[in-house]
Amino acid sequence: METEDQTLVQDCLTENLDPAPIKDEYAPVIFSQETVSHIVSIDMMSGQQDLENILRARATGKGVLTSPFKLLKSNHLGVVLTFAVYNKDLPPDAIPEQRTEATVGYLGASYDVPSLVEKLLHQLASKQTIVVNVYDTTNASAPISMYGTDITDTGLLHVSSLDFGDPLRKHEMHCRFKQKPPLPWMAINASVGVLVITLLVGHIFHAAICRIAKVENDCREMMELKARAEAADVAKSQFLATVSHEIRTPMNGVLGMLKMLMDTDLDAIQRDYAETAHASGKDLISLINEVLDQAKIESGRLELEDVPFDLRNLLDSILSLSSDKSNDKGIESAVYVSDRVPEVVVGDPGRFRQIITNLVGNSIKFTQDKGHIFVSVHLVDEMKGTSDVGDKVLQQGLNLVQDMSSKTYNTLSGFPVVDRWRSWENFKMLNGKDAKDDPEKIRLLVTVEDTGVGIRLDAQDQIFTPFVQADSSTSRHYGGTGIGLSISKHLVELMHGEIGFASEPGVGSTFSFTGAFGKGEVSSLDSKWKQYDPVVSEFQGLGALIIDNRSIRAEVTKYHLRRLGISVDITSSLESACTYVSSIFTTSAFAHLAMILIDKDVWNQETVLQLRSLLEQHRKNCKLNVSTNLPKIFLLGTSMSPVERSKLKTSGFVDNVLMKPLRLSVLIACFQEALGRTKGKVRGKKMSTLGSLLREKRILVVDDNKVNRRVAEGALKKYGAIVTCVERGHDALNKLKPPHTFDACFMDLQMPEMDGFEATRQIRSAESEVNEKLASGEVSIEMYGNVSHWHIPILAMTADVIQATYEKCLKCGMDDYVSKPFEEEQLYLAVARFFESGL
Amino acid sequence: MDRYGMQNQIACIRRSLFDQGYLDEQFIQLEELQDDANPNFVQEIVTLFYTDSTRLIQNIELTLTSRPTNFSKLDDYMHQFKGSSSSIGAKKVTSECAVFRQYCAAGNAEACIRSFQHIKQEHAILRKKLEFYFQMMGQAAVAQTT
Repeated sequence: METEDQTLVQDCLTENLDPAPIKDEYAPVIFSQETVSHIVSIDMMSGQQDLENILRARATGKGVLTSPFKLLKSNHLGVVLTFAVYNKDLPPDAIPEQRTEATVGYLGASYDVPSLVEKLLHQLASKQTIVVNVYDTTNASAPISMYGTDITDTGLLHVSSLDFGDPLRKHEMHCRFKQKPPLPWMAINASVGVLVITLLVGHIFHAAICRIAKVENDCREMMELKARAEAADVAKSQFLATVSHEIRTPMNGVLGMLKMLMDTDLDAIQRDYAETAHASGKDLISLINEVLDQAKIESGRLELEDVPFDLRNLLDSILSLSSDKSNDKGIESAVYVSDRVPEVVVGDPGRFRQIITNLVGNSIKFTQDKGHIFVSVHLVDEMKGTSDVGDKVLQQGLNLVQDMSSKTYNTLSGFPVVDRWRSWENFKMLNGKDAKDDPEKIRLLVTVEDTGVGIRLDAQDQIFTPFVQADSSTSRHYGGTGIGLSISKHLVELMHGEIGFASEPGVGSTFSFTGAFGKGEVSSLDSKWKQYDPVVSEFQGLGALIIDNRSIRAEVTKYHLRRLGISVDITSSLESACTYVSSIFTTSAFAHLAMILIDKDVWNQETVLQLRSLLEQHRKNCKLNVSTNLPKIFLLGTSMSPVERSKLKTSGFVDNVLMKPLRLSVLIACFQEALGRTKGKVRGKKMSTLGSLLREKRILVVDDNKVNRRVAEGALKKYGAIVTCVERGHDALNKLKPPHTFDACFMDLQMPEMDGFEATRQIRSAESEVNEKLASGEVSIEMYGNVSHWHIPILAMTADVIQATYEKCLKCGMDDYVSKPFEEEQLYLAVARFFESGL
Repeated sequence: MDRYGMQNQIACIRRSLFDQGYLDEQFIQLEELQDDANPNFVQEIVTLFYTDSTRLIQNIELTLTSRPTNFSKLDDYMHQFKGSSSSIGAKKVTSECAVFRQYCAAGNAEACIRSFQHIKQEHAILRKKLEFYFQMMGQAAVAQTT
């Protein structure tokens, strides 16, 4: 249907419009939509644009759009679309004139772009977040805005082209967000958060893994190091054990020789020397064992023993060990134990000895050529609190007094010493700060005082540190390794004690330590401590007179004599001694006076002669029997050459010379000799015992050497044993195959064909076979002579006393060894083990 | 010579054997083993020793002269010899044996031969002395009974 519809060009009401001028053509609007009814009868060709539009539409036969302009009435920007209507169908290739000819009318429509856009894009537009701009972009460089506000560039732009049907014109629609899209905080935060969390988690894992790896690494390293340390420790122990074994071996040889020496004819002093040497050797061996203990100390595995021991004997032996060194240097040494210290204490004698030996050794090392070394033992209780001290030595020790006239002090040798109480002033035990005061324990205070060079003040802090000496030149001058004190400190601490010292360079040093010991019974003593028991009582009740100008020294001598049960008086000079002796002539005290001991310091030949003649005179006066013994006179000296000694002895001035430090054994021997009692051979006693042990015993002797066999046979037959001899190991095997009637076997070690070790091994294996059979009941006991367990004592006869052989003997089943050639005492000891009286 | 004189002389001889180092304490042990049950114990042992050791000496000489020198065999023989001589208390002989063994252990054949000469010497000297000693003892015993 043909409708003529035209839009208004100008924006004025119909009434206001002028009538159209005279023109060739007119294109008035005949029909219009109601909405645009105000353009009826307006000449469309009156507007320039419209005119162009119409003409073009007519010419092309297609729809044609104007460029945007303001529409009438609504004043919105819009475009007009014009179609030409032809009266006939024109071919597509018709020329414009033809078209013009055919035109009968026009069809037009106006697009009110704003309202169009708004209505179409209602949804979007209403949101007010999207800005729409419509442009006429026919002229690309100068786009005409048809709809939309000014652009705010918010970034995102969506361009879509509009096609109104006119190919000549282009339209575009730009859509953009009204506002710049806000930063998506949520998303950012969330993602940042997640990122951070992931990073953190990742970091944690990483750190954890790193740490685990590191720890594992460290652990592995530590394991390696630990293995190495353990290996080093083991190697060190092995080294120590091997080295000390090598030292032990020849030492045993030395000890064997000394033992043989002691069995020859010796007088009392020689015997004592030999015994001291023997004891020294034994001590050396135990020292070696202590070196091994060092390793234990370092690894903290050291434990203290708990055995009863005699303190006084121990101190005697320690001091005599070091006596030659101190005597050579001209230093006087002495030991004193307070009366209140019990006879027997329970503790670790070896360790106690170790500490004191170390301190005394240090004193000797650092004391040059004068003075003394004085070891004293008291109870801690003697020191605590009480103002009056009963013990004389302690009294004097606490108060250093100088005798102005002779410029000497009241010490052992007259030389000044450091105040001993300074060495224990910090001890908790003595200050009463020690909370646990166990009444069952005996607390001893041991002091070692010397008049040596002292310790430098700046070195005093470090002396208990191992391997550190006072200064670098110390080991050069004085020797030593610097471990002794640290070990001593450790041992003292194990004994629940404390160690301290006081020292002044040029005066001397005094070391003190305390220790807790248990109470012990005299009867529980080990036999080695009990040697003097039967002898001690023989001096009981005798009296002695000591002449010594130094009171501490006199006290020390008195202490030794009191141990033997001798009662003692002290005078300080020969003259006063003479007076004293004369005064007691008529009393019973004189009758008991058995000895006078004079110290070398007060020795004066004439005065001694005087004393002697005094005594002789008295004897004559009392008409006593000549045989009544006068008191024996002894000289006490420190360092005297044997020549001097024998001169004095032979001159008749003295009955004997006693060397200091005094030892109980020496005193006993000398007194016995002087007072006419001798020990006598103990051999006879042993012989009869040996005889009773071996009587009627059947003994097998195995040796390839004819002479040895004969000698062994003879020796054993003497004691009543029934002896069979065989030459070879094989024969021994046959003879000792159970059942047999032998009680013991002496087996030579070195034999051709089968040596002693091999023979013993085979004998033992044969025996164990039989024992097993008997135990399991496979064979009856009657078949084997009613003996349920076969083990014949086999003693090795060997020419060398070396430890290695002994251990080898034990390993292959031997029970003991005796040395060749046969020695009675050895035989007795070895055989006694197996044939206790009563078997 | 009267009885006491003889006893004195014997004691002197005995003393000198010890003082000169020919015998040591082991000999005393042997003497102590001698009693009424074994009246001639010491003499028996000494005679046994000399019979046994003569045989050993022959063996050792043979081994010493053969080449190459068999040191281990020598050591074995010498061990035996030393063992016997120390059992009777033959001090000098025993110490010479020890010296021989040292040379033997060192493998020094020359020194071994020299040392062995010493051993034989000492061995012979001691034998003479002991023979004389026992002779005197025998005479004294006869003198006692008469």
